[in-house]
Amino acid sequence: MRVEAGQVHGFLGPNGSGKTTTLRTLLGLIRPDGGRMAILGHEVPGTLDQVAPQVGAIVESPQFFPHFTARDTLSLLAGAGDLPQQRVDEVLELVGLRDRSGERVKTYSLGMKQRLAVASALLKNPRLLILDEPANGLDPGGIREMRTLMRNLAASGMTVVLSSHILGEIQLICDSVTIISLGRRVAFGPVDEVLAQHSSGAVRVRLEAVTDLPAAATALTRAGVRVTTNEDHLMLAGVDKPATVTRLLAEQGLYVSELAPIAVDLESVFLELTATAPVPGQHRQVDQSVRVDGTAPSAPAGGGWGA
Amino acid sequence: MSLFRTELRRLAKRRFARWMTAGGLLVLVLVAAGMFLSNEKIGPEQRAAAERAAAADHQEAVRASEQDRVACERAKAEGTEFWTTDCASINPPPREAFEARWYLPSTFDFRETFGEMLIPLAAILGMVGFVVGASFVGAEWNTGGMMNLLLWRPKRLTVLLTKLGALLTGLLALALPATAAWFGSMWLIANLRGTTAGMTSGTWQSFLLTGLRGIVLALVAATVGFALASLGRHTAMALGGAIAVMVVGQVGLGILLDVAGVRFAEAWLLPTYALAWMTKTITLQDWRSCNATYTGQCEPATLDITWQHSSVLFTVGVVLFLGAALWTMRRRDIT
Repeated sequence: MRVEAGQVHGFLGPNGSGKTTTLRTLLGLIRPDGGRMAILGHEVPGTLDQVAPQVGAIVESPQFFPHFTARDTLSLLAGAGDLPQQRVDEVLELVGLRDRSGERVKTYSLGMKQRLAVASALLKNPRLLILDEPANGLDPGGIREMRTLMRNLAASGMTVVLSSHILGEIQLICDSVTIISLGRRVAFGPVDEVLAQHSSGAVRVRLEAVTDLPAAATALTRAGVRVTTNEDHLMLAGVDKPATVTRLLAEQGLYVSELAPIAVDLESVFLELTATAPVPGQHRQVDQSVRVDGTAPSAPAGGGWGA
Repeated sequence: MSLFRTELRRLAKRRFARWMTAGGLLVLVLVAAGMFLSNEKIGPEQRAAAERAAAADHQEAVRASEQDRVACERAKAEGTEFWTTDCASINPPPREAFEARWYLPSTFDFRETFGEMLIPLAAILGMVGFVVGASFVGAEWNTGGMMNLLLWRPKRLTVLLTKLGALLTGLLALALPATAAWFGSMWLIANLRGTTAGMTSGTWQSFLLTGLRGIVLALVAATVGFALASLGRHTAMALGGAIAVMVVGQVGLGILLDVAGVRFAEAWLLPTYALAWMTKTITLQDWRSCNATYTGQCEPATLDITWQHSSVLFTVGVVLFLGAALWTMRRRDIT
C-alpha cells in the first residue's frame, strides 16, 4: 500500500478484511509480525514517536471518556501534545461543535462523537490524517461537510487516508484507492485507473434506424466483437476503442446515433474484486471474500511501501 | 513534562476522584467529630463524680452481698438449695475493688492514643488511593482514552509511568495536607477534650514516622490498584480482585487455617502486615502451645511481625504487580 503525499486515499475492504488492523499496526497499537511500514519517510514502529506529532488519526468507532466535555477532552489531548489551547477552539469550530463543546460527551449522538473524533485528529494540524469510517453516524449534511473538509484538507497539502464503506463517497473524495480482501491487496491505484482496469469495456450503441440493428450486429460479430442485441440498442463487449465501432458501421452504411461506454462505479468494482456481491438465496459469511494466494500482489506493478 | 501536567489535570477533573476524595475526607471529619463528642476533659469535678459513682457502686455491692449472705443462711436453715453452703465466705467487697478511675469519663490522651488514630487515617487514604488509582487507569482503558493518548504519545511505558507518577503526586497532594490536618485536629481535640501532657520530641518523632508510614501505605495501595486495573484494562479488575482477595483470600483463608489448626494463622493474612507496618510490631500468640515459666505458668508461643517484614511484602507486591502491568503494556496489542 502506498499513499502519495497530498492525496486523499481510500482504503477499502469487506468487514473483517483487516483495514482497522492495518491502521492500528501502522499507528503502533498492534505489533507487526513482519513486513515494513513507513509514515512520512520514517520507518515505523521504530521511529513512531518522532512521526506521531505529524499524524492525526481516529481508529474505528470514536471512544472518549463520557463524563468529560468535548472541550475538556480536546484540551487534555492538546496538553499532552504540547499544543496551544487556542487550537481547541479552532477545531471545534471546524467540525461544528463550538456551541455544544461544554456538554458531556455521554450526551452526544454518534454523529457528534464522530465530529469530536475528527476534531481530535485535526488538533495537531497533522501532515497525515488517518480516518477510519469518519462518516459513520453522520447525517447527510454532515457527510457532505466531511467531504468538503477532506477536500479542503487535501488542497492545503494534508495527506488523508480514509477507510469507509460508503463507496460513493470514496469515489467522490479520493484520488487513489487500495482495496484489500482477507488481509491481501486486490487492487491499488488512482480511482480512475482502478475503475478503468475493471470496467468490462462494454459499449452501448444506438442506430438512427432500429431496423438496422440486426445488420449492425452481424457486421460487428464478423469483426470479432461480442454483441448482445436488445430491443432498441446493441450492447458490445470487449471493445478497446469505441471509435473502431463507428468506423466499422459507417463502412456498412449504418449510422450511429449514440455510442456510450458503460461506466462502472467503485461499488461494482469493489463487489467484483472482493467477491462479496450478494447472491439471492445465500447468506454470505463475514470471511467469505476473495482470497489472494501467496504473497505476490495482484495489483499493478509499481506499488511500493510507505506513505 | 506536558504529559505529566496533563495527567494531573485529568486526575483533578475526574468526578470519581473528587467524590472519593470528598468521601474519604468526610469520614475523617466524622471520626474527628466522634472523638470530640465522645471524650471530655478530666478535672476536679469529673474526679469527684467518679469517686461518688465508685462509692455508690461499692455500697450497692455491699448491700447485695449482705442480702446473699442472709439468703444463704435462710436456705441453710430451711434445708433448701443455695449456690453455696459456706455462708461465711460471702463477704462484702473491699472499697479498693471499686477504683474511681474506672468511673472517669472517656478522655483523649494524645500521647497514649494518637498513634492508634493514625491507623484509620492510613486506611482511608489507602482505600482512596487504591480505588482512585484503579479507576484512573481502568476507565482510560475502558473508554478508549488510553488508545487516544497512545496515538499522541506512542511510547507506551512512558505514558503508563507518567500516569502513575501523576496519580502518586495527586495522592501525595491529598495525603500530606490531610495528615497535617489530622495531626492538628487531634491535637486540638486533645487540648479541648483530653490532655496533651507527656509529649516529648521522641514521641513527636515516633508519631511523624507513623504518619509517614501511613502515607507510604496509601501510595503502595494506589500503585497496586493502578497496576491491577492496567493489567485487566478495566477498573473492575482491581476492585473485583480486591474483593476476591478480602473475601476468599483473607476471610476464607482465615477460617481454613483456623480449622486446620495452623500456628500463627494471622501471619498469612494481609491486614496483619498492614497493622504491623503502622504499629512497627505485632506479636502473634499461639494459644494452643504452652511454654512453662519458672513460676509454673503456661505462656503461649509468640511470633513477632515487624514493619520490616511488611516492607518486604509490600515491595514484592509492588514489583510483581507493577512489573506485570508494565510488561503487558509493552507486549499486548491495544484493541
